[in-house]
Amino acid sequence: MNQNRRILLKSTFAAGATGLAISTGLLTPKTVLAAWPKAAFEAKDTNAAIEASLGSSSVIESKDIKLKAPKIAENGASVSITVTSKIAKTESISIVIAENGTPLAATFNLGTTTKGIVSTRVKMGKSSDVIAIVKAAGKLYSTSKNVKVTIGGCGG
Amino acid sequence: MAKSSIKIRSSIIGDEAKVKCLIRHPMESGLRKSKKTKKLIPAKFIQEVVCKHNGKTVMTAQWNGTISTNPYMVFHLTEVKNGDMIKISWVDNTGQKDSIEKVMPTPKKKRK
Repeated sequence: MNQNRRILLKSTFAAGATGLAISTGLLTPKTVLAAWPKAAFEAKDTNAAIEASLGSSSVIESKDIKLKAPKIAENGASVSITVTSKIAKTESISIVIAENGTPLAATFNLGTTTKGIVSTRVKMGKSSDVIAIVKAAGKLYSTSKNVKVTIGGCGG
Repeated sequence: MAKSSIKIRSSIIGDEAKVKCLIRHPMESGLRKSKKTKKLIPAKFIQEVVCKHNGKTVMTAQWNGTISTNPYMVFHLTEVKNGDMIKISWVDNTGQKDSIEKVMPTPKKKRK
C-alpha cells in the first residue's frame, strides 16, 4: 500500500516536472519527441518505469511469453535478448533490466500485421533479472529470467 | 550515394518476413566517463525507430541508452508480398536521423 502510494507520487511528480519544463521553454521541442516517454525511460525504479510506460504496474505472469537470454553473459555491453509472445493481439513488448540504473530498456509497439517476436541487444551493468512485458488487449503479461554478467568471463 | 547507417537483411517464407536490421550508432547513455578528459560523455542514443511497410507503420520501437552500441533488432512481419517496400527510420536524442528503404526479396516457398 505504502509502496504503491510512493510510486504514484513519484510518477505524477516526474510527469509534472517534465510538463513544467516544456511549458517554461527549458526543453526545446526537438529534444522532446511527442511519443518518447521520457518519464518512463528515466525512472529509477522497475515498478515506476513499468507504470510510466504502460499505464499500470499490475502484471500477470504468463507462460505464453518466451524470453531467450543467455544464462551467463560474458560481455554486459551486448546481451542478446529475444522475446516471443504467443498471446493473441500483442500490442507491445517491453524489455526491462531490473538492476540497471534506468530499468526500462526498450518498448516495441507492434502493428496488427507484425508478429510478437522481437530480438535486440542490450547493455547490462551487472547480473540482473531481465523482464519481458507484453501488453495484449489492455492487459500486461510478463516473464523473467536471471542473467549473470561476468566481467572477465570467469564463471561468476 | 552516401553509405547509410542502416543495414537490412530480410528473408521471406510464405507471406511472413523476418527483417533483421543493424544500425551504426554509438548509443552513448550519458553515464560513461571519458578516460582522457575524466568528463561524462554526453548522451547520444536512438530514441525511436519506425518501420513502415508500404507506407503503413507496422512497428515503432522506443529505446534509451540501455540498448547496445550499434543496435541490432529482428522482427517478423506478415502479409508481405514480393516487391513490397520496407522503410526503416530512426531519430536520436540530438535530433539526428536517418532512414533507408528496401524492396522485399522474392518469397521462398513454405517448407513442408
